[in-house]
Amino acid sequence: MDASNKESALNVNASSIKISDVSQDGDMLTFAITSQNLSGSGGVCVFRTYEDFIWLQQSLFSQEDVPELQGVIFPPLPDKPLPSHSHTQAKVLKQLGFLSLGDKWQIYCKALELYLQQVAAHTLLSKNKELYNFLSSSESPGKQRSKKGIFNRLSQVMEEMRKEGHKDVDEFFQSERDKTTNLSVLFKVATEKFLEVVLTKQKLALACGHFSTSLHLCVNQENADAVAFSKICLKLSDIIETMKRNFEKVSDNDMSTLGLGLELESRYQEAKREMLFRRTCRLVELDNANKNVDRAKPNKKAHMEEVQKATQKEFNLISSVAKQEIVHYHRTRVQVLRDFLIDWCEKQLSTAQESSTLFSQYLEACKGLAV
Amino acid sequence: MDPPLPVSTSEPDKDIFSGPRAEPLNNPLSETAAEQLKAVSGASSKAKGDVPVEEAGSEEPDDLFSDPLGESGAELETHTSNAPLLDFSEEPPKSDPIKKAASADDYIKKPQKDIFEESTEDGVKAAAAHVGSVAAEKKVLHTDLFGDGVDDDEDKDDLFKTPPGAMMKKPQASLFRAEPDDIFPEAKTEAKPATKASAKQPNNAPTDLFTEEPFTVMPAARAAVKPAAIPSANTSSKTNGLHSDEEDLFAEATVELSLDSPRNDRRKRDAMKPSEPVPCPSTSTSSSKPQPKKLEELEEEEKEDKFDLNISVTNPEKVGDGMNAYMAYRVSTQTTLSMFRSKQLTVRRRFSDFLGLYEKLSEKHSPNGYIVPPAPEKSILGMTKVKVGKEDLSSDEFVERRRAALERYLQRVVSHPSLLQDPDVREFLEKEELPRAVSTQALSGAGFLKMINKATDAVSKMTIKMNESDVWFEEKLQEVESEDQQLRKLHGMVESLVNHRKELSVNTAVFAKSVAMLGSSEDNTALSRALSQLAEVEDRIEQLHQDQAANDFFIFAELLADYIRLLGAVRACFDQRMKAWQRWQDGQNMLQKKREAEAKLLWANKPEKLQQAKDEIGEWEGRVSQYERDFDRVSATVRKEVMRFEKEKTRDFKKQIIKYLQSLLHSEQQLIKYWEAFLPEAKAIA
Repeated sequence: MDASNKESALNVNASSIKISDVSQDGDMLTFAITSQNLSGSGGVCVFRTYEDFIWLQQSLFSQEDVPELQGVIFPPLPDKPLPSHSHTQAKVLKQLGFLSLGDKWQIYCKALELYLQQVAAHTLLSKNKELYNFLSSSESPGKQRSKKGIFNRLSQVMEEMRKEGHKDVDEFFQSERDKTTNLSVLFKVATEKFLEVVLTKQKLALACGHFSTSLHLCVNQENADAVAFSKICLKLSDIIETMKRNFEKVSDNDMSTLGLGLELESRYQEAKREMLFRRTCRLVELDNANKNVDRAKPNKKAHMEEVQKATQKEFNLISSVAKQEIVHYHRTRVQVLRDFLIDWCEKQLSTAQESSTLFSQYLEACKGLAV
Repeated sequence: MDPPLPVSTSEPDKDIFSGPRAEPLNNPLSETAAEQLKAVSGASSKAKGDVPVEEAGSEEPDDLFSDPLGESGAELETHTSNAPLLDFSEEPPKSDPIKKAASADDYIKKPQKDIFEESTEDGVKAAAAHVGSVAAEKKVLHTDLFGDGVDDDEDKDDLFKTPPGAMMKKPQASLFRAEPDDIFPEAKTEAKPATKASAKQPNNAPTDLFTEEPFTVMPAARAAVKPAAIPSANTSSKTNGLHSDEEDLFAEATVELSLDSPRNDRRKRDAMKPSEPVPCPSTSTSSSKPQPKKLEELEEEEKEDKFDLNISVTNPEKVGDGMNAYMAYRVSTQTTLSMFRSKQLTVRRRFSDFLGLYEKLSEKHSPNGYIVPPAPEKSILGMTKVKVGKEDLSSDEFVERRRAALERYLQRVVSHPSLLQDPDVREFLEKEELPRAVSTQALSGAGFLKMINKATDAVSKMTIKMNESDVWFEEKLQEVESEDQQLRKLHGMVESLVNHRKELSVNTAVFAKSVAMLGSSEDNTALSRALSQLAEVEDRIEQLHQDQAANDFFIFAELLADYIRLLGAVRACFDQRMKAWQRWQDGQNMLQKKREAEAKLLWANKPEKLQQAKDEIGEWEGRVSQYERDFDRVSATVRKEVMRFEKEKTRDFKKQIIKYLQSLLHSEQQLIKYWEAFLPEAKAIA
């Protein structure tokens, strides 16, 4: 995304934002966030919890002085991590998908990192003072607004039922709305299916591990024939171990690249849908205002017209911002997906080459075994 | 040789015997007195075994022959008078020395066993020493026989077997005194290189023996006693080990000891049987010496067979309709072996024919201790699906699985040197039409289970009842047991691997579909194209996973399943050995009873019934020795078979692992191809 270049833009290099470490204390995950300012001179490291991220997101949502905010596709914040042991593996997996995988929340951190980078790179959102505080202040930001956020969401769901089907006045938005609904479902499904593939690979790695270990039990050094057989077993154990590592690598590749990419994309599709919905709400408001103007008694007509004009103006502003956002999003998402795909492909390629080299070495060694 | 021999059995011989006992037997063993005793008793009884041989050869009169009998009889009947001896001595007709030898041998066998069973009892020990001394004494006079034996026998490992052979050669030789001098130098020169070659080996007993030979007749006798003692001492594992060392000396000093000794043991056991009974020298020489050789030859042949005989089972075809339908398979044999009619044989066989073959082979060969490879199990469920004609994936899978199993089964059968020689096997591979195997219909998984159960029965019986005389079998059986457990565990692992792999294949297919849908809904042309390509890649990867699942299954799961079943067959052959042992023990008990009855008759002084009792004893003695030979033969076969099985197993696993690695390598190479093709597509996304 374009780095912010306006006056009060964030003095932080978006791509320098990294989550360098994560520590777990009971149920609480604390992320170490490092960033550099644009001149590249100074680096800052702050510690934030997931609550702080929610607070940041809420601050971004509720900038009252920025009317065009309604048309912005907010970078989606990953769901709450569930590090507690009270949650079963299955539940965590269901809620977080790919983000729950990997060692030490590695994938989750990557997702949070991407979120911060996207916020920091966003033309409008990066102007928010809270973002700067979030990234550089050693003080933990307040948490007073998190309740409102939850309320917002609930009322949103209620409205969604009524307004989702509202016919759009704009051809472009109507088709975007339809497509987004369709695509977001497809991406969700693809992500789920890919997750299953990765999980099966992990199971296979585990099964290989058991197999390899069990082969060690067949070792018997008592007589010459048994020794020969034991050698064969150990060789096979090594081979299966290599297979296991291969599966582990392949599934790591899957989750850190395409898995994360698909997950991010489906969250973004959701964010886009939310934005389109907010715009639709404005459209409904505008339509109501128009009706009110038509139906209004002469004495109130002037007032109604004023309201209608204001609404119209706001709606137009939102629509134009939304249009820009969508175009911008389409450009970046292709870029992001492309990067993930290339990364994935290259990683898989090198893993396959590694394994193939190992297997051919084993093959030679096995052929050479005197039996 | 001389009539005074019976007299000389008394005291001076003991000295003679004590000499050999103290030195050659002590040295190799260099262990506790108990073991010495075993060796001594073995030596003594074996020496006795040789006594009749020489007698037969020398055509000595009855009284001489009566002597060893007298001794053995005395021992048996707790040192009673010489009365029975005379009777015995009259029995063997002069004209047939060989038979004499045989019967004498039978008599001797008994005390020998007694010695082993009650080696802790002093009285018996004394008796053994006594008997041994007699034998030793005789040996002195007939050293030439043994010297000759050493000389004649090229193989050396059959040393103890050769006396009969030597005996045959010079039955009429009366100038024994002169001959030893000629023969011993020869023996010495031959023995020397061998002993030198083996100088590294800790057990130098043979060296001593042979170097002593030329000096006096006496040590030579010792030397002769010594190797002869060993086979009979087979029941004691210590002396067994000793013997195998010795055999190494003679046989293949260059070959690794650890590898060799078990096989030598086996050979020795083979060799021992024919040598002991000496029923007919012509058969003993032909079946004793050649037999171990034949085994070796066959073992080598079998290696060549791998290339000479290629069997494939192909083209499964449904014949008929409904519940009478069956699958017929084409069995193609390619061979260069001359025993087959032609180089290319093709027959059609149905599943029950394979079962029939197994039935026949198992009936013929398993009582002899052979490991008969089990045929694939009958699967009513699988076959019913095929019969009903459901052309679904699982029935295809079933047919392919069975085809492969039948192929492996036949390959195992023909790779067995003894089974390959079986006319039924040849008939199965050659004959156009086989008589419909009826009895096999019942043989199915259940039949096989029965076999397994029998084997497990045998295990419990064996541990409880069988006073295992050979540690090897005890340990081996335990190994087989634990291996069975391990293989079952591994099989479970591989099965879960296969299942996960199948799951992965299914999931990949679903993902591929999902990606294809994404591709078709995508607005961005380049991204849409890339996604569609990705869907194709994932489809191909799915096929790879599927293939690999099949490889996991056919290469490992089926291999392990086969070996679990084969281990069942291995246990069954241990069971057969146990049965042979049981028969022998029962026979011995019966003989004991007959002898007691005879003793009673003697006390009661009822000569009229005595003859009948003696006849019965004679008959039972024959049987017991037959049973013992059977047992030894089965034991030897089991030993050999288990060795073969283990070698084959290692070879089989290696082959499969190489195959598996090739499949893994192929998979990875395909993956590389796919990713290499996809990478530019991904990069082309603008």
